[in-house]
Amino acid sequence: MILSALMVILRKNPVHSALFLVVTFFCLAGLYLLLNAEFIAAIQVIVYAGAIMVLFLFVIMLLNVEKEVAAPSGHGFQKFWALVLCVVVAVSLISIMTINVFTGEKGIYSPEMVNEVGNSEIIGRLLFTDFLLPFEITSILLLAAIIGAVILSKKKL
Amino acid sequence: MVPISYYLIVSVVLFSIGVLGVFTRRNAIVIFMCIELMLNAANLAFIAFSRHLHSIDGQIFVFFVMAVAAAEAAVGLGIIIALYRNKETINVDEINIMKW
Repeated sequence: MILSALMVILRKNPVHSALFLVVTFFCLAGLYLLLNAEFIAAIQVIVYAGAIMVLFLFVIMLLNVEKEVAAPSGHGFQKFWALVLCVVVAVSLISIMTINVFTGEKGIYSPEMVNEVGNSEIIGRLLFTDFLLPFEITSILLLAAIIGAVILSKKKL
Repeated sequence: MVPISYYLIVSVVLFSIGVLGVFTRRNAIVIFMCIELMLNAANLAFIAFSRHLHSIDGQIFVFFVMAVAAAEAAVGLGIIIALYRNKETINVDEINIMKW
């Protein structure tokens, strides 16, 4: 998965980058399955790899991007310092993640308890009781996104 | 059970690869894809913690992050198409009208 994520940023052709991103999403969905998150894994495949990346590929092919349009053009020093910065960020974050011991008050939804009822059912139960307000606000957000996308495609803005 | 720090390391590496992609690539669509990669890294961290702390709140939040990412991808790609219609390019180096 790390390899396909690296290929996303290293390939010159944007269609190849999009396809490697789809591979990354599928690998992530498999990782979610290992983490007892079956609902999220299914949603990841359906929404991310199935809708968002298809939208990306539509736009890439609509705009008819040439192969070498992302070719580097003498920005060598910028790439080097970007690499240094990203290595610094990664190393510092990894050091934070490995030094601490993540304890906390354990909730009640242990994997055994979730598996006997069903992951989707528990998520559905929580979504419609405790998290109802964010759910409804998300629907309004999607409505705003639809309106925005339709307006952005008008000929005379 | 795999210790949680392994999943967090993978999440951090994915995130930093996304950051690297945003810095180095000059095609606006590929920059957008790297932003989605960063969002997915955060999703992985959420779900790892959700399993570790025996709570479902992490997965619920991932649901909302995915909804937000879908909305943002739609609107962002609409913006890129409108930009292409006006400037005939999506190379971010050439979109510099606001430079002084």
